Amino acid sequence: MSQTASLPVRVRFDDDAPPALRVRGYWSSVGYRLRHDPATLFFGLVVLLIVLAAIFAPLLAPFDPYKESVVLRLKPFGYRGHPLGTDELGRDLLSRLIYGGRSSLLMGLVPVCIAVVLGGTLGVIGGFAGRRVNAAIMRTMDVFYAFPSVLLAVAISGAMGGGMANGMAALALVFIPAMCRVAETATAQVRSLDFIEAARATGAGTFTIVRYHVLGNVLGPVFIYASSLVSVSILLASGLSFLGLGVKPPTPDWGLMLSTLRQSIYVAPLSCALPGAAIFVTSICFNLVSDGIRSAMDVRL
Amino acid sequence: MSGVAADVHDVGGPAQPLLIARDLFKHFHVRGGSKSARVRAVDGVSFTLFKGETLGVVGESGCGKSTLARLLLHLVTRDGGELIFDGEPVGAPHGITVAALRRHVQMVFQDSYSSLNPRMPVQDSVAFGPFVHGRRKPDARRAARDMLVKVGLNPDLFGQRYPHELSGGQKQRVNIARALAIEPRMVILDEAVSALDKSIEAQVLNLLRALKAQFNLTYLFISHDLNVVRYVSDRVLVMYLGRVVELGPSEDIFTRPLHPYTRALLGSRPSMDPANRIEEPPITGDPPSPIDPPSGCRFHTRCPFAEDVCAAKSPELGAWLDRGSHVAACHMLDAGSGHSVAPA
Repeated sequence: MSQTASLPVRVRFDDDAPPALRVRGYWSSVGYRLRHDPATLFFGLVVLLIVLAAIFAPLLAPFDPYKESVVLRLKPFGYRGHPLGTDELGRDLLSRLIYGGRSSLLMGLVPVCIAVVLGGTLGVIGGFAGRRVNAAIMRTMDVFYAFPSVLLAVAISGAMGGGMANGMAALALVFIPAMCRVAETATAQVRSLDFIEAARATGAGTFTIVRYHVLGNVLGPVFIYASSLVSVSILLASGLSFLGLGVKPPTPDWGLMLSTLRQSIYVAPLSCALPGAAIFVTSICFNLVSDGIRSAMDVRL
Repeated sequence: MSGVAADVHDVGGPAQPLLIARDLFKHFHVRGGSKSARVRAVDGVSFTLFKGETLGVVGESGCGKSTLARLLLHLVTRDGGELIFDGEPVGAPHGITVAALRRHVQMVFQDSYSSLNPRMPVQDSVAFGPFVHGRRKPDARRAARDMLVKVGLNPDLFGQRYPHELSGGQKQRVNIARALAIEPRMVILDEAVSALDKSIEAQVLNLLRALKAQFNLTYLFISHDLNVVRYVSDRVLVMYLGRVVELGPSEDIFTRPLHPYTRALLGSRPSMDPANRIEEPPITGDPPSPIDPPSGCRFHTRCPFAEDVCAAKSPELGAWLDRGSHVAACHMLDAGSGHSVAPA
């Protein structure tokens, strides 16, 4: 017991079982767990491909996504060099799907990121401050909560006018109350634990305590919830586009494509299913990847 | 209250008590109750903590032990009373600030798991204190690793671990290291060993004793376990429903308890020696609610010696002067109180 040599009285402990050596730091152990999680790696690859396809759309798309043709409407897969056929205005579907990823991913990620920052901050403030501050913040959020999310998004973007930026702002406003509540709950749970009191007893200020002891414990639940919102956001955005708010035709967008192709469901069911499949694959991959990252980051697993 | 050091502003010196608490009050509002409904968690507690001693605080659950601990660290603000740390009033204009107090007084909590951040390697938890007090991160980490060595944990093996990867005893040793990392002069041990196995408990107690000698510490040792308190304490303070009922040297309290509550408390302890039976009737039932405590002596509802005077008048804790004083708040000890057993 060389490590107790400095004690004036030698104290021996029965529970000092020789532990397994642990030399990794936090991030390298996260990396280790991620590398040994083939499912997350696979879905992460899919997400990466979707994002890359959206970024490099001009290089990948075989046709101009805006080029219409009266004769080529609703052609089947592989028709005259159109790998996935054409839509109801004769535009190449594959090109539109690739380009559509741009606005769909933006509409999926940007509002969620805004909501994480704003809603998360409000939630942590409310959860940590407690009492009146918390009541003021959470009751305000409850007002927004009272509306169905679709209705709220429609109302806000209707009031602000169409367009992609307004659509994103509207969706962010829809997500902020829910995000705020998740962060508030997680913060309130941590706040009452002894280690917060111990930190306060050390003489740490509120900001330092939140920065070092609260955020790490709140990030997990917020992260999970945010990832599930990405797919919701893509779908809500498509709903907005459908109603003439958000993305405007002829801009390629998965949600918009879904709603315009909807009329042709009996003529070309497969073409009609494509944008839906794109939304589905993207959202499920986002969910699975974020779940995998969360498990890898959880020190308790 | 009388009997504490004559000049409270006398800073330093071995004779100056490290901490003087005078008439500390803490009443909590009852949620959903009427405006006047308050939990009198700590209701006029006074005591003196001398340098280098271990003062044990005992009492039933809910008697205000933990609230007292939190009051001393200003984790809850006091509603009344005075706190004097080494001659300097805490929070007063001419005294020391709460932040300065927290530099000198640290606390170890009962729940060894929840008092460590589950997402922080334990050496970072220990390093947090020095870091908050202005040391740079690598420097703070080095101090933390030194401190882990002092509590008998090899930092190379345990430093990078998370709390859930340690046993209860190991976690509590990390908590002790965390408390000692900023080199406090006084440590409040709030049921710090109560949740541990008996064998581990004894080892941690020995560790605490060794650290006390090494760092010249003063302990306030809160526990419901009378045997442990007897083992570690120089003096013992007995609390009942937010008040001090008895205060004196440990051996005196355990061999010649004055207050009927203390006697009953000791009587509740299983004796190992059949010849050494304690004849006091054991107390029955739960303590009364601190929301609406009994009038007069708080203990009169359960006291076998209670008389009319006990319900009418609150007994004073006698004046204590030094480490050897043994006092109790009971009418039976107070001449002229009107109690039939009281000395003439």
